[in-house]
Amino acid sequence: MSKVIPLDEAVRQLVRDGDVVYAAGFTHLIPFAAGHEIIRQKKRDLVLARATPDLVYDQMVAASCARKVIFSYMGNPGVGSLRIVRTEIEAGRLEWEEYSHFGMISRLQAGATGLPFMPMNPTAAGDLERINPNYRTVKDPYSGGDVVVVPALCPDVAIVHVQRADAEGNAHIWGIIGEQKEAAFAADRVIVTAEEIVDAAIIRSDPNRTLIPGFIVDAVCQVPYCAHPSYTQGYYDRDNSFYLKWDEISSKGEATASYLDEWVYGVKDRAEYWEKLGSEVHQRLKVESRLSVPVDYGKY
Amino acid sequence: MADYTSSELLTINAARLLRDGDTVFVGVGLPNLACNLARRTHAPNLQVIGAQPMRLPLSIGDPTLVSGALSVCSMYDIFAFYLQRGNVDVGFMGGAQIDRFGNVNATVIGDYAHPKVRLPGSGGSMEIAAWANRCYLLTPHTRRRFPEKLDFRTSAGFLGGRAEREAARLRGGGMLAVVTDLGLLEPDETGELVLTALHPGVTADQACENTGWDLKVAPNLRTTPPPDPEELRILRQDLDPQGIYLKGSA
Repeated sequence: MSKVIPLDEAVRQLVRDGDVVYAAGFTHLIPFAAGHEIIRQKKRDLVLARATPDLVYDQMVAASCARKVIFSYMGNPGVGSLRIVRTEIEAGRLEWEEYSHFGMISRLQAGATGLPFMPMNPTAAGDLERINPNYRTVKDPYSGGDVVVVPALCPDVAIVHVQRADAEGNAHIWGIIGEQKEAAFAADRVIVTAEEIVDAAIIRSDPNRTLIPGFIVDAVCQVPYCAHPSYTQGYYDRDNSFYLKWDEISSKGEATASYLDEWVYGVKDRAEYWEKLGSEVHQRLKVESRLSVPVDYGKY
Repeated sequence: MADYTSSELLTINAARLLRDGDTVFVGVGLPNLACNLARRTHAPNLQVIGAQPMRLPLSIGDPTLVSGALSVCSMYDIFAFYLQRGNVDVGFMGGAQIDRFGNVNATVIGDYAHPKVRLPGSGGSMEIAAWANRCYLLTPHTRRRFPEKLDFRTSAGFLGGRAEREAARLRGGGMLAVVTDLGLLEPDETGELVLTALHPGVTADQACENTGWDLKVAPNLRTTPPPDPEELRILRQDLDPQGIYLKGSA
């Protein structure tokens, strides 16, 4: 059964005020278009979880969508500070909960596999564990030594961007895989955005590349260029100059508001946004093809 | 006047710490350049986990890190299979403050609940510090960077001293060198970072004045060999021709 619906419809149906939202992707495949749609629909009191909040959560916090952030590295990758989240935290206007990367991802791993918690070896640093009561130390029942545990994280909704999916949501991802599989399996509801919706036969031609099976997916949305200014491996490049530019935009409230007005509220959808970026940006982000060698699954 | 920048000095001295055959967990910036410099000089068989790009990436998630790589794996795999299992020789750390035992603060300046300056946080540093065989850190040498006491201990160096780290039974070897624009700090037998080397033209007094604790000077204080023309040529011509990372001071 086809689950293909427009992105605005998916956000309307599946993202609710107060939800814990996990928009997945470690620098790669960040579903910016879904973040922008959430902003346009004025969702409120969200708990935004991501290992690296990145610009997408900075923008959602700027647009007053969030009550709280859960993260493990809160920066503008390669540029510096994530100014809006940082300012809101420093001003005491935004709740936060933090982990190391491994702690954060272990929480999802537990959620994704139906376990109550996940053990890790101790790191002895101490202070993160002291300020975040979700970190506990328990006895390893076999050796008697200590292990550090974190509880499962089960987001209400996960949003995952992929290169291609079929109409049921069976999704192929390649390039840097962050925590897409874990987020999707851990969440109650799953929105898949895809550069391309393809025939199931294409998915079946390379089943090892299917990271997310359709039966855990609730909605499939065809959203070309969904990840800009992040990127989609093989489809378009990372817009590094926008990451640098955001540092400037986000340093002033007025500039941030006018950015949101022009590029989020002022456009209907991602297609209009991409068009508005113009041919210079389109040209700059084009990538040359570099195909993998096909593997032979054999006919049986 | 030296004909190299402090960023070049840091990068070259960091590259010299790497050994042929090392597996290095590295992000972007100067440590990344150091790995690539080492590969082109004394360590052609260096394995890089994280980033070994054809072009200089701005971010640790750049697509150029994927095309042509030997393997790509998920975040859970990196931390569990690679780092926790003990498959990483060298980790490069970053942070705003480092104390005399090599513990690092990358989280907050001021009170945690009411931060004066909120920093990005741990990322992978808590685990790298605990589990990589050798940890290195590159930093400008200032009193602010080397305080008497950290505002927050994001990752473990030698904790309160080498014995305490040993008692915690962490698999990694801890902070084994801090490279600054003035020289090198390395741990003594108690785990305390002491001044073991100065760069050409720098005095021990300068290093002590710019350290927030009473910095000890090793009896056999060395002078680092100045950057050689070939190291500078590789950095400037091949690795960072636009001077994105290397132009300024560290």
